[in-house]
Amino acid sequence: MTHNIRQWIKTGEPWIWLNAGAVTVSVLMVIGLTLLIAVRGMEHFWPAPVEAFRYSVPGEKPVLFMGQRVDEEQVTAFRAGLAKRVDPNQLVSRHLYKTGNRDFLGIDFRWVNALDMENLEYPDEAMVVERREWGDFIGVLKAVKRGDTVIESGTNVWPLFQRVIDESTAIFDEIRHIEKDRIGGINYRIERLRLQERSLELDGVTGGPEFDALEAERQSLQREYDSYTRRLGELYEDLNTYSFVATLADGKEAEIPLSKVVRAYRPNAMSLVGKVQFYLAKIWEFVSEDPREANTEGGIFPAIFGTVLMVIIMSIIVTPFGVVAAVYLREYASQGPLTRLIRISVNNLAGVPSIVYGVFGLGFFVYFLGGSIDKLFFPESLPAPTFGTPGLMWASLTLAILTVPVVIVATEEGLSRVPRSIREGSLALGATKAETLWRTVLPMTSSAMITGLILAVARAAGEVAPLMLVGVVKLAPSLPLDGNFPFLHLERKFMHLGFHIYDVGFQSPNVEAARPLVYATSFLLVVIIITLNLTAIRIRNTLREKYRAAEQS
Amino acid sequence: MTNQVLTGDTATESVTETTARYLKTRHLKDVMTRYMMAVGGIGVIIAIVLIAVYLFYVVVPMFMPAEVDLAAEYRAPGDSSADTLYYAMEEQAEIGLRADNQGKLVFFDVSDGRVLQEHDVLPDSDAAITAFDAGDPSQELLAYGLSDGSVLLVQHRYKITYPDDKRLISPGLYYPMGREPTRVSEDGSAITQVSAQYDGDNTTIAAVTANSELHLVSLAREESFLSDEAEITRSDAMLPLSRRASHMILDVDQRELYLANDDGSISYYDTSDKSAPVLIEHVQRVVPDDVRITSLEFLSGGISVLVGDSRGHINQWFPVRDENNDYSLQWVRGFSAQDHPITDITPEYFRKGFIAADESGTYGIYHTTAHRTVKVVDAGISASLKAALGPRADALLLEDGRRQLQFWRVHNEHPEISWQSLWGKVWYESRAEPELIWQSSSASSDFEPKFSLSPLAFGTFKAAFYAMLFAIPLAILGAIYTAYFMTPKMRSMVKPTIEIMEALPTVILGFLAGLWLAPFVELHLPGIFMILLLLPVSILLASYGWFKLPDKIKKQVPEGWEAALLIPVVVLATTVAIALSIPVEKAFFGGNMPLWLTNEMGIGYDQRNSLVVGVAMGFAVIPTIFSISEDAIYSVPKHLTTGSLSLGATPWQTMMRVVLLTASPGIFSALMIGLGRAVGETMIVVMATGNTAIMDMNIFEGFRALSANIAVEMPESEVGGTHYRVLFLAALVLFMATFVFNTAAEVVRQRLRIKYSSL
Repeated sequence: MTHNIRQWIKTGEPWIWLNAGAVTVSVLMVIGLTLLIAVRGMEHFWPAPVEAFRYSVPGEKPVLFMGQRVDEEQVTAFRAGLAKRVDPNQLVSRHLYKTGNRDFLGIDFRWVNALDMENLEYPDEAMVVERREWGDFIGVLKAVKRGDTVIESGTNVWPLFQRVIDESTAIFDEIRHIEKDRIGGINYRIERLRLQERSLELDGVTGGPEFDALEAERQSLQREYDSYTRRLGELYEDLNTYSFVATLADGKEAEIPLSKVVRAYRPNAMSLVGKVQFYLAKIWEFVSEDPREANTEGGIFPAIFGTVLMVIIMSIIVTPFGVVAAVYLREYASQGPLTRLIRISVNNLAGVPSIVYGVFGLGFFVYFLGGSIDKLFFPESLPAPTFGTPGLMWASLTLAILTVPVVIVATEEGLSRVPRSIREGSLALGATKAETLWRTVLPMTSSAMITGLILAVARAAGEVAPLMLVGVVKLAPSLPLDGNFPFLHLERKFMHLGFHIYDVGFQSPNVEAARPLVYATSFLLVVIIITLNLTAIRIRNTLREKYRAAEQS
Repeated sequence: MTNQVLTGDTATESVTETTARYLKTRHLKDVMTRYMMAVGGIGVIIAIVLIAVYLFYVVVPMFMPAEVDLAAEYRAPGDSSADTLYYAMEEQAEIGLRADNQGKLVFFDVSDGRVLQEHDVLPDSDAAITAFDAGDPSQELLAYGLSDGSVLLVQHRYKITYPDDKRLISPGLYYPMGREPTRVSEDGSAITQVSAQYDGDNTTIAAVTANSELHLVSLAREESFLSDEAEITRSDAMLPLSRRASHMILDVDQRELYLANDDGSISYYDTSDKSAPVLIEHVQRVVPDDVRITSLEFLSGGISVLVGDSRGHINQWFPVRDENNDYSLQWVRGFSAQDHPITDITPEYFRKGFIAADESGTYGIYHTTAHRTVKVVDAGISASLKAALGPRADALLLEDGRRQLQFWRVHNEHPEISWQSLWGKVWYESRAEPELIWQSSSASSDFEPKFSLSPLAFGTFKAAFYAMLFAIPLAILGAIYTAYFMTPKMRSMVKPTIEIMEALPTVILGFLAGLWLAPFVELHLPGIFMILLLLPVSILLASYGWFKLPDKIKKQVPEGWEAALLIPVVVLATTVAIALSIPVEKAFFGGNMPLWLTNEMGIGYDQRNSLVVGVAMGFAVIPTIFSISEDAIYSVPKHLTTGSLSLGATPWQTMMRVVLLTASPGIFSALMIGLGRAVGETMIVVMATGNTAIMDMNIFEGFRALSANIAVEMPESEVGGTHYRVLFLAALVLFMATFVFNTAAEVVRQRLRIKYSSL
């Protein structure tokens, strides 16, 4: 036996296995992490069954509960605070229920000891109503009312309820369209008129035809505005006519206006197909809708939009500069100690903490450049800053600087892989250096450039720390791209997926409600970034194959 | 060429011309491209340099010396035969105030000494002024002690209006206790020292009379609920004095009273109870025997006392609480840049700085927290007797003994910064001893900013340390196996997987660490430690078991697939460890290990602690270290290993003695780059720690890192202020640290490349 062990140690096998173990642990951690995010992020949209049970804690009045189970854990009775009733060391399970009805119960999540649950059942008529305020409502539908009269109750109420919800959603959409697009646009134009007026004043003009024209335009805008408010008034009246009556778990009745309802569903009565449809609809809502309720409900469309727009603007800035710098370093600069030094600093810059770029962006771009731009071009809106405050343009520029080393390094690598023979052939045929570059070298490098760009985009999409300083907000009132001239508003603040995760996960008043959305957002971000990286790796590999062929031929 | 022959001369010319033009354009394009590339390339490089330059540009002003310039010089305005008691300036430093010993108050234009208003505060009193003091400068209160034993309080106030968009400052006087002086000493003996504070409701007057009595008068105004009239309640207290007081000051909160005595001692009274002031102590020998106290003044906030003496030294004292909660006055620090008796000390209104004037006509600008003598200026006058600093600390009035008045502009933006205050221990006000503290802001105005970067740098390195502790074994062992033992097929899957980890946004890691891992670790703490133990043990057991397996089974799996074989082992070991966690916790740690740690071991436990950060950040740096060291090991020339193997070494021996040795510089460079990444990582430390700036290596407690501090505080800091610049300095420190690590790594890597190519 001992001989055996000695022999075993002598072969070095144990060490090799330990090394192998390190690889296994690392890979399992990556996979486990991705799975964790995926499962937690995607399960949230599945319509969880509503459970109803009696919760009777000894010494307290029994309560009837209705809710969706979202989490459970096993703890010792000691930790669960049940030490007096069962052996403190015994394991007991606790369930976290989403009970909804925050406006009636005060809280919408509750830990429940499995020990005290009785009569667990899944009532078919239990419904979940997603609302625009106060989170979900969970209860049993009794009647639908128009004004003060009940128009339907009993067994047929559910289909009618759904119809009325569709109706009021249509009205609500129109209201939102008018408020956001129409009235928002008028407000924007009125604000521009004010700035034009102020700018005239700064030029020393205090009256005359220019002023009158502005005033006339303002008047006409005001009239338009008034007509919209009238229309809004009518719509609101329509919206507020319907309401529904439902009973809570404990039998109390509640009346809720339909204007607050987003959708209602009865998970226990849903078929599998219905559940899948619902699931897909929820996912679509998640990626296409605006957030509700301090970002804890609804979608993350503005964050996706902001991230994409920021990354596009960044790419437009970073690609030419990165490529030019790489071409200069590789093709034009003489390969002396200076070039080596530059190359070292470029590599170095890839390792500089991103927060340092954020500090630089805030100080240099926002306060220094932005402040100067405001003084020169936007004196009319001072002291309110236009570009002298964090915004989309500065965020894109900061991230462009942050990712320029990535593009430089990738492009340089691509350039170094172009076989010498191709360059020499082109020059020997009489092409100038520029022509060689444009016609042969750069086209051959294009996939390397794309690799660099993809890696830069992946990095930028996941970066949060610098953005916190140079332009990201938790809730942007309007998208940086809209129908108001000049359409692209580079000075606006924007929302970002990564920051959304940080903000909703850590600054949210209702962490329990927000948590699934944070997982879902994380999952989306992980998917985007892994896809981008895999694409980059794929391109890089095909590229290598291609040049290997070129070199050999 | 044939073309030319066929078409004749004119055509030839035009074709040649066209060709020439074409060639010229091509040449031009070539040259232009060259210049464009050069401009673009160098531009990018300049942009990169700009970052470092700009950080320096923001940081450097903090270390610039203060500048002063003499803006105007004129005769003291008002009655020039009377002695000056006091000067003051309003916020904008446009209007000055002179109080003289004849009871005259003169408002004047500080730029030329022109008199704007003249007031007589004692119009129909026979009493002479025998004592004078100004309250806290921000209260703009003057107290006159009179020869008939009464005290008159006057406030100078400034109203700012904007008629025609231009700023107009109109000064005025206000008598908080009425036009009539308040009687303090019943027997009418003259007041020799007075000090008073008024905060809008409560007034406290402290006065020493000629017959050596200390009187304390408190006047509290209480608004009546029924009528608009305010009622004033008065309380009186009297203490006999055994020593002759030369200076007396009452703090702005009206709770502490200090008397400097002729014998060089200071008496410290607690006046929280206005009707019964308590003598806390006589501090003997505040100054050496042959030295007199010539000036006594509060630092802003009313906590520290500045004692100027006849040697020209200024010493800072403040009350310190001992273990029994008793206060005693402690010497904190001294300044000895001047060498003539200090005649006047004028504190800054909002910062912990002051200016001291001495008899030789020199004045010094100091800052206490930074223990910094900012500048000593020879004003070029025979003596400087009275000095007054403007509220924004940007203007100074200085009078010599012969009523010549100087108006100085002071540019002293960042006196609170010194090497000591940034990195060393500093004795802050109300603290028991010198400490390293970061506390950049607070709600109260008498706050002393604490800009010690040490706890933050400590936090950064603590985070990096635990992250590296977690990452190094996994990354390097993994790299060794992947590069050298793993089959190529598996390697082509494993390497990209771990490299994609690098691209994982750290905000996701931080969020998981804070919201998932931290509660999980708290619940399964023994399990986490058991994983550390069980994993290696079970891997070794698996290895031994495999070794003992008959060859027939072993042959089924080719070499290099150990890592895949280990997947079930690792999963099983982890599951067992977590499953055993609660039983173990019950058996050994009373059912709650964090609580047990705190109660039994005295080790504090935070939910978001360094262990969590170590794991999360380790996760973030593993791919960096793994990828670079894997490359280094993989590119060790093959003939070295084959040589070693053919000489009879086992693969492991070849690994240890040949491959690792050759690749070690590459691994070093991987570690450096990993360390750089750990040091600069922001989101994980923001989200997974409590962000409290404590200095403790305890793995179960949090910290505040430089990067997290920047991310949290930068958006709120005032542009161009000291806090803003200190945060830039923190960024610069991070920049430099990573620059050093990365450059070291890069240089080592380049050397390695040369070495490999020569092997």
